[in-house]
This record gives sequence, C-alpha cells and structure tokens, in this order.
Amino acid sequence: MSILVYTENWDGKFKKLSFELVSYAAAIAKEMGSTVTALSVGNVADDELNKLGNYGAAKILTVNDDRFSTLDNRALAKAVVAAAQNETAKIVIFANNNLGKAIAPRVSVVLQAGLVGGVMALPVTFDPFVVKKKVFTGKAFANVKFDTDVKVITLAQNSYDLVETENNATIEAFNPDIADSVFATSVSETNKVTGQVLLSDAEIVISGGRGMKSGDNWGGLEELADLLNAGMACSRPVSDEGWRPHSEHVGQTGKIIAPNIYFAFGISGAIQHLGGVSSSKIIVAINKDAEAPIFETADYGIIGDVNKVIPQLIEGVKEM
Amino acid sequence: MKILVLISNVPDTTTKIRFTGDNTSFDDAGVQWIINPWDELALTRAMELKEAGGVDTITVANVGEKSTEPTLRKALAVGADDAIRIDAPAKDAFFVAAQLAEVAKGYDLILAGIEASDYNGNAVGGMLAEILDFNSVSAVSGINIEGDSFKVNREIDGGSQVLTISGPLVAIVQKGIAKEPRIPAMRGIMMARKKPLVVAPPVDAHEKTQFVNFELPPPKAACKMVDEENAKEIITLLHEEAKVL
Ligand SMILES: Cc1cc2nc3c(=O)[nH]c(=O)nc-3n(C[C@H](O)[C@H](O)[C@H](O)COP(=O)(O)OP(=O)(O)OC[C@H]3O[C@@H](n4cnc5c(N)ncnc54)[C@H](O)[C@@H]3O)c2cc1C
Ligand SMILES: Nc1ncnc2c1ncn2[C@@H]1O[C@H](COP(=O)(O)O)[C@@H](O)[C@H]1O
Repeated sequence: MSILVYTENWDGKFKKLSFELVSYAAAIAKEMGSTVTALSVGNVADDELNKLGNYGAAKILTVNDDRFSTLDNRALAKAVVAAAQNETAKIVIFANNNLGKAIAPRVSVVLQAGLVGGVMALPVTFDPFVVKKKVFTGKAFANVKFDTDVKVITLAQNSYDLVETENNATIEAFNPDIADSVFATSVSETNKVTGQVLLSDAEIVISGGRGMKSGDNWGGLEELADLLNAGMACSRPVSDEGWRPHSEHVGQTGKIIAPNIYFAFGISGAIQHLGGVSSSKIIVAINKDAEAPIFETADYGIIGDVNKVIPQLIEGVKEM
Repeated sequence: MKILVLISNVPDTTTKIRFTGDNTSFDDAGVQWIINPWDELALTRAMELKEAGGVDTITVANVGEKSTEPTLRKALAVGADDAIRIDAPAKDAFFVAAQLAEVAKGYDLILAGIEASDYNGNAVGGMLAEILDFNSVSAVSGINIEGDSFKVNREIDGGSQVLTISGPLVAIVQKGIAKEPRIPAMRGIMMARKKPLVVAPPVDAHEKTQFVNFELPPPKAACKMVDEENAKEIITLLHEEAKVL
C-alpha cells in the first residue's frame, strides 16, 4: 500500500509544485504508516528524479515514452491508473492545475475512488478521511468525507510548504502498456510563456484594474514586477479591453491564484474578482476610493492615486 | 453533428453565502439561480457552431430536482433545441456523471464547464468522459469542427496549445470559449415554452464523497492604512511586520 503522487516537469526540470505534492504526500504517509511513490512522465535525468527523494518519495516511477508528450487525457489517465494499481495506492494526489484537473476525474472513475478537488491542507481527520476545500469560489469552506477505500485528491496551489527529508529513493522505469489507438491528441502548436514569471507559480503578483485607465499605463507595474520577481495579473475588464493578455485575467472566470502577496492597483474588489485571489496570504490594495470593497478584504491599503503610489513603491523596493 | 451541453444550476455569483442546520447545508432562501457561467459560455459557443453550419441539434442536460427547470428553460430560451432533466438531487460529482452518462451516448460533442461555481468540483466533465470511454480535453479556450474531428485550443500549465482530436469528445471549457454569454431575447423566451423538456428517472449510483459541514471564513482583521504620501512604508510593513517580502 502506498500513496501515489503525479509530478510534473517542464523541459525535464520539476516544477516546485511537484516537491510540494511529494512533501504533502509524505506527511500523510507518515500518519498512515505508508510510503510515497512519485510518478514522473517525460524525459527527466536521474539527478533531477532524485530530487523527489529529498522531499520524501521512497520510490520514483519514471515513464519515458514520447507518446505522452501530447498530454492526451485518456492515455495519461490510463498510465496513472496502471501505476496506482502497480503500487496498490490508497491515495492518488495531483496538483489542482490544468493537468491535474484534466486527469484526476478520469483516474478516480477507474479506481472507483472518491475525488475531492482543491484540497487546502492535510486531512482534518484520517478515520473517517475528511479533507477541507474551498467552495462557492472562496466564499466558504467545506469538510468533505470520502466513502471509498481509494481516494483521489487534487491539492490547491500554495497549500503546503516544502519539507526536506533524508533521501532513500529508488528509481524504476515504468512502462504501462497502452495501445497507440488510445492516443488521440495531435498537437500542432505549443506556445510557452517564456521570460516572465508564470502567474500560477508566482509568489508575488502585481495586478491592475480599470483604475489604471489605459493599456499604455502599465510600465510602472511591469517595473515593480521585475524588481520583485512577480507575476502580472489583471481584472476582467482589463483583459476584455485588450489592455493586457487574457492569460493574466484573475477571478472567478479567469485564473485562481494564491500568492504570498497580491497587489491590487485600481481594482474595486468585485466579488467575482475576489473569488480568484482571496486565498492570497496578504492583499495590498491601492485605490483612490476609500469606499472601494477591496479594502474590506485587503490587509494593507493606500487610499490614493495609482500614478502617485507606483513610483514610490518602486523607490521603496529599490532601497530595500 | 449533435452537441450536448451540460448545465449546472448555481446561485447567482453575487449571492451572500449562508448555511443552515448547524452548518450542514446551504441556505437557499431568497437565492437567485443562474446557469453556471462556464456552461452559459459553452452554450453560447455551441450556438455559434450551429449558426456556422454542421450542427443539427443542441441539447442541454441537468441533474437536478424540479426546482432547476427555470434554468433549463433559460438555456432553451438562449437557443438550445431540447432539454433533459434527470430527476435527482445532484449528490456528488460521480453521482452526477453516472446519471449524465445514461443520456450522453450518441452525441458527437459534449461541452462541460471546468467548474461549477457552487461546490467547485472540477470533476463532472472528466468523469463523464471516462465512464463513456470518450476522448476529453480540459481547459479548452476555443473549439471548431473539422469534419469528424475538432480543432481545439487549450491552456496548459505555462502556455497554450492548438490540437486536433477525434470525437466523440468531451470538451471541458474555460475562459475564451466564447466572448460574451448570450442572453435570451423575448422571442427566445416565447419559443422556449414550446421546446421539449424531458424528465428522465435517475439510475442507481452511489456517491463517493459527502459534505460533512461548511465553514465561513473567519472575519478579517481591519485593513491597515498607509498615507498616500508615505506609500513606501507599505514595503517596510510587508518586510518587517507581515514578513512576506
Ligand atoms: C459571472 C461574472 C463573472 C465575473 N468574473 C470576473 C473575474 O473573473 N475577474 C474579474 O476581475 N471580474 C469578473 N467579473 C466582473 C466584476 O464583476 C467587476 O466588474 C470587475 O472585477 C471590475 O474590474 P475593476 O475592479 O478593474 O474595475 P472597476 O470596478 O471599474 O474598478 C476600478 C477601480 O479603480 C479605482 N480607480 C480609478 N482610478 C484610479 C486611480 N487613478 N488610482 C487609484 N484607483 C483608481 C476606482 O476607485 C475603482 O474602485 C465577473 C462578473 C460576472 C457577472
Ligand atoms: N448537476 C449537474 N447537471 C448537469 N451538469 C452538471 C451538473 N453539475 C456539474 N455539471 C457540469 O460539470 C461542470 C463542472 O462541474 P463540477 O465538476 O461540479 O465543478 C459544470 O460546469 C457543468 O457543465
């Protein structure tokens, strides 16, 4: 019996979230007297695979089969199911990101497992197995109980800190037998975001709303983001107007993020916007309207004009 | 080509969330119900595809009790041709997917939203695809029909892709799938009354998870204010007090 973790790499390097997932799984394994097996799909060097061991994986299954590079949902799910069965996994853990959301539901059906998506922390209790998650787009939390022997979880981003342990990991090649006919996805174009901090990975996020007034006004925010190694975000009207790319839209109908600091410049704080950012550890709001609802959610605020505040913040960061 | 659009009936996004029965169930008193925003956009895209030719019918389906019918009628008013309601309370994602699987065979394209705004499950579309053994693509931000296949734009973690995939397909949609949701016109509302809304009995399926109880977030401490003239102080506070910088 084990806990299986689906890890993700980007051009052969693990994403930080993979180490988060393994740390999280290791904490559960300790509680349940179990061990962690990490599954890695793609071409990853042994040195890099070994890093999973630093966070508590006892075994690393590596699937090196190019056919999976198209991220075919059905085929990937079959590979995870094969690994889960191979390891008699009682719990299978994914990230609650695009790929995790795509595969976890399929895996849960085959394993006859309950699925809870967007889990925020270690289980509330182990017997019964109860986990906590956000509901109503962050307006409330729910405790959810599993009725199944096998359980599938997707872990919300930034929910668990990395914990380093002694490394005793073994690496094994794993070759699930999946027919060519299962691979139905044919990718013709891939656009990777390069040269900037990915919004979903960013620990600090700089976000602008309609109060920024135009698409030409973003230089200061970009400079601030550069200095802080931050990701860029915006409210929905900003991306609708074409001031910023759609990939930066956060909120209920955009991305849901949980950085350590979320800076909101000229954002009123509509409920649908907050749905995407309310899990941020600290929210800083800059708005000229003292009555703006964003101040009810923010931890730090400035009632003032973004044009006056941004240069001062840039100066402040430079002086740090 | 036949399209099925899954419709989840959810509280209006501005609803103040409350619970009853010692925080064990959602308090629906006075709540306005809407089509889940993603499903509304999925339906909009289905209509666009139909108008472009090549789509014969658009069906909408919901697992829910009679109280969800106004939401299905609204989907008919927007332009769906017919509706199916599976007469059971939506227990958990697996229960819902198992019900939908009974009516979803025979469609070439099934559109689901990436998440319902009530319980944020992120699950029904993928589960349905697996039960039916259909292809699926998630985080879909664009879709076009190309013969028997589909040309799909999807978001991946750290970028986007264009891909081709054969049907029958479950496309799990997100931002970008359509620009603005269509709202019913008067004529649509009149016509919707005459469109078929079939009520199907549920099949036997067991839920695999249960809500134990709910919590509201603890009240937030007051926002600490800094003067516009001393904006720099925010940086110091983030560094020394909040210790996040
Ligand atoms: C179903 C649904 C889903 C939605 N999903 C989302 C979503 O995912 N994300 C999202 O963001 N929105 C979403 N919305 C829209 C949301 O309701 C708001 O309309 C939107 O968030 C407002 O964006 P904003 O704060 O940038 O603009 P506004 O509400 O126009 O606010 C601009 C703010 O800037 C301030 N301001 C103006 N000038 C200055 C200045 N010089 N200096 C400082 N402050 C200034 C103003 O005081 C004001 O508070 C959704 C709406 C619906 C109905
Ligand atoms: N009760 C339901 N009836 C029909 N479709 C549903 C239902 N619940 C969820 N869905 C579909 O599944 C999507 C994702 O919902 P969920 O997995 O609950 O977050 C929704 O956007 C709908 O398309």
